[in-house]
Amino acid sequence: MPSFFSIKDFSCGYSNRYVLENINFDISKGVLSGIIGPNGSGKTTLFRGITGQLSTKKGEVYLNGNDLQRMTYKEKARHIAVVSQHTNATDITVEDYVLMGRLPHRKKMRFFETAEDYEIAYKFMELTNVIHLKDKLMSKISGGEQQLANIARALTQQPDLLLLDEPTSHLDITHQVQILNLIQKLNHEMGLSVLMIIHDLNLAGEYCDYLIMLNDGKIHKKGLPEKVLNYKDIEEVYNTVVVVKPNPISDKPSVFLVSEKILNKMED
Amino acid sequence: MKNKIIRWGIFLLSLVFLAIIAFLVAISTGEFKISIFDIPRILIEKEGTEYTIINHLRLPRILLGIAVGGGLSLSGAILQGIYRNPLVEPYTLGISGGAAFGVAMAIVFALPMTIGYFILPLAGFTGALITIFLVYFLGIRQGNININNMLLIGVMISFVSSAAMMLLMAITTSDNLHSIVFWMMGSLDEPNMSIIRITMIVSLSALILSLFFSNSLNALRLGETNAKHLGINTGVAIRILFVLASLLAGICVASAGVIGFVGLVIPHLIRLIAGSDFRVLLPGSFLGGATFLIISDTLARTIISPNELPIGVITGIVGGIMFIIILSRSKSNFKMS
Repeated sequence: MPSFFSIKDFSCGYSNRYVLENINFDISKGVLSGIIGPNGSGKTTLFRGITGQLSTKKGEVYLNGNDLQRMTYKEKARHIAVVSQHTNATDITVEDYVLMGRLPHRKKMRFFETAEDYEIAYKFMELTNVIHLKDKLMSKISGGEQQLANIARALTQQPDLLLLDEPTSHLDITHQVQILNLIQKLNHEMGLSVLMIIHDLNLAGEYCDYLIMLNDGKIHKKGLPEKVLNYKDIEEVYNTVVVVKPNPISDKPSVFLVSEKILNKMED
Repeated sequence: MKNKIIRWGIFLLSLVFLAIIAFLVAISTGEFKISIFDIPRILIEKEGTEYTIINHLRLPRILLGIAVGGGLSLSGAILQGIYRNPLVEPYTLGISGGAAFGVAMAIVFALPMTIGYFILPLAGFTGALITIFLVYFLGIRQGNININNMLLIGVMISFVSSAAMMLLMAITTSDNLHSIVFWMMGSLDEPNMSIIRITMIVSLSALILSLFFSNSLNALRLGETNAKHLGINTGVAIRILFVLASLLAGICVASAGVIGFVGLVIPHLIRLIAGSDFRVLLPGSFLGGATFLIISDTLARTIISPNELPIGVITGIVGGIMFIIILSRSKSNFKMS
């Protein structure tokens, strides 16, 4: 049986130069997976490659046995929804913003949203807890609320796979945990498959079922968080001395940093 | 959903109502006053001085005003949408510069005398077309359309063509100079009914065609990348919309000269009142632009009658002041897209 989402010998980049080379991985349905790696390792480029925004590419990307690269933008948007790092906080109400998630499903000659479109958008605004903000402008709500509205919009697309590009960057821990708990809940209760780029290794270890560690345009390691997050690989990829210990409550791997001063003291 | 449709419906209907009032006022005012209530009778009887004035003098101007005002304003709304820049208007991309240069060339080479007066709009349109062609093809890099490049190229072409036109104006006779300046100031006085018909047909077709892209324009408000994620083929949509908006502006400039301000201010005004959703913004801009130009033209030909002011003077002064007042009174911060 073909796997749910698979990338085979995939290379992509910009202006005829490959940034990522020979990427291979499979993701099973209903798994919450994370992509980690230092800045410039090619995480965002991989997302652009998957969503078909790069002209320089080779290899295969399959979702549910369908070749993603043969789909039109509209077909793709019915299968994959993306929450990008930057929200263009425009003068648009949260309700209208979330409703835009129905665009890929709109029939060609249809001008207005259907009652069903509203029903779906309201359902996900309730689920993400932004329904009370529906008449507010996107530019007038907080960063955390914007990210929730982003997720509501992506869910309104009713995708098979949700891609999130650093959903918790620029957020305080309250909102980081709020967003990740929501993603975990969606994954757990709706069986939604998620692939997210995540900077924070502790959050990656705590929330993801599967991790792909990128370094220098290649996959350095992939597998369960316990396998990927170990001090050797992290030191190799990030050039930083770390200590990895299981979280006393969740037993998931946690990464501790040690300051140079302490390290020097230990060497003495 | 129902609320939104009702709100937009009421807004657009009131604009239609305003346009009808402007139409009636424009038909009845002028050096020769005609009562609004006499208009149906005059049009039915089809004879007399009043009928000639309406049918040959005022109606053509009003029709051209609707086509050009609506067209320029629609073109501005579309271009502001694809460039996501509030300062873009049909003329930013050098379309007016190209058209003016074309007309100046025709006048300097005395083409109106030898071939006929209709050569002026034709030369204007050719000039605009060449500019559009240059901006479009120079703005494409490696098969991808580059919005910022296009904008800069347009601005540069605009500079080059106005410099070239100044050169022509410097070396030509004062008669030619007068004709060039007169054309550039813009006027709805167009004796050729076919040109009015063509402009009207193009303007209305552009309105209908652009409505099919209103959802793409809405998605583009979130940026090109996000629009692609929502299933919009932004490359194709931007290309079609660019060609549509600039051809429309080219035809308007060719038939009425450089009438400034309509394409910049009216879309902003509609956005302030009705919001940024292109499904209401596009028809709203068309109706608003048409009404605004009919009113401006009526003012232009009555203020110092029997003489006539250049319509660009009215659109600039009235439009600018009106916009500043509304902008400073509106509570919401003014933001593009």
